[in-house]
Amino acid sequence: MISREEIREIGNNGIWRQNSSLVQILGMCPLLAVTTNLVNGVMLSLATLIVMAMSNVAVALLRNLIPHEIRIPVFILVVAALVTIIDLLFNAHFHDLYLVLGIFIPLIVTNCIVLARVEAFANKNPPLQSALDGACMGIGMLWTLGLLGGLRELIGGGTLLAGIDMVFPALQPLQLLPADYPGLLLAILPPGAFILLGCLIAWKNWVEARAAARKSGRGHDGTPLAVGGSA
Amino acid sequence: MTRPKAPPTAATMAVRTALILAIFVVAFSGLLVAAFLSTREAIDAATATEKMKLIGEVLPPGVYDNDLLRDSLSLPPSAALGNDEETTAYLARKAGKASALVFEAVAPDGYSGRIRLLLAVAADGTLLGVRVTQHKETPGLGDYIDPRKDRNKEHPWIRQFDGLSLAAVNDREWRVKKDGGHFDSVAGATVTPRAVIKAVHKALQYVEANRQRLFAEAASPESRGGEQ
Repeated sequence: MISREEIREIGNNGIWRQNSSLVQILGMCPLLAVTTNLVNGVMLSLATLIVMAMSNVAVALLRNLIPHEIRIPVFILVVAALVTIIDLLFNAHFHDLYLVLGIFIPLIVTNCIVLARVEAFANKNPPLQSALDGACMGIGMLWTLGLLGGLRELIGGGTLLAGIDMVFPALQPLQLLPADYPGLLLAILPPGAFILLGCLIAWKNWVEARAAARKSGRGHDGTPLAVGGSA
Repeated sequence: MTRPKAPPTAATMAVRTALILAIFVVAFSGLLVAAFLSTREAIDAATATEKMKLIGEVLPPGVYDNDLLRDSLSLPPSAALGNDEETTAYLARKAGKASALVFEAVAPDGYSGRIRLLLAVAADGTLLGVRVTQHKETPGLGDYIDPRKDRNKEHPWIRQFDGLSLAAVNDREWRVKKDGGHFDSVAGATVTPRAVIKAVHKALQYVEANRQRLFAEAASPESRGGEQ
């Protein structure tokens, strides 16, 4: 079925080493548009996670029936159909949540990470591994977009969790900075997303470079830090 | 029949691939049709609930006892309401008698584009409530016209229209206080309230001018049964 080794490998790839936003730099369009606050970032990621896991399973099940030459149109067909069905089901059965998530679900079709995972992973692996890969890629996206959204919201307006009351009516957004904080519009605008994303990528590369240096630097003295990420 | 089996030509390969693609298309289209048909009723019901919730914001529950969504009339495009297409108005009835009208209006001159409003006006011309349903006003500045964004939670700006009428506020007073009128506004953002006040005023005048038609038409619900 699936070995512990595989689980660790797939999980590590999705959540950290091949992180969709920080390493593969895929799905920039929804990333820019949606991560103006934490709740939006997390919600879009959750919706994408569901779609990715399901489309990976669907393609893994069909992978021996799909001719190589037309695999891309078939993949697009599978992803678009799944997104539409999920959109309809949400609208019908979770209408309140749909009012919050509804604008994000159609955006998923434009996210090339879904197609990328189907092509790079599900097309060559069994359904169980593919489902895990989709879910872990989604988790990688979730923490990245959550962090990016939270930073943009905090720097841009001094709040955190704006809009949480639309998802959980009992909760209230937090005002973390003083109410007279003037806000930094740049952080909310698309350039702010790119600047902060760049900082996050630099941070990830720094963490990895330090880990690599620690590993190779053992026993040496005064060796300079290794530079450059694995991207 | 004894010919040796030749490797498939490019043409047969192309036809075969096209057929497989067609089968996938038909199969997934079928899935979509099934999903659409199986969710249609639930989606319609949810949309109706949503609409009623919005109407409930402007129309007090005690004013009507009919099924509003089935008691609708369509209003033609009119400059007075700012609508450039046909809109639907809902007629509230109490014990069969027309008591109020719920309808849409548009303020075309917001700070950034149109502001869509939903109004409820009683049969005697009293404004029961106004809500902004759609706008693009500056977040944190002009968006206080939406009570969910209004920082004054106890007396949201939009509620000062409740209970007013053309008789209660004379024509020259339908302005912000800054312009010598009757209505409050937030300093630094007066373009937005000006647009809303003007639109509400014009909508009330529209109802006044068309009262006969709007409320009389509805006198006998049975006669309008075919409309829905």
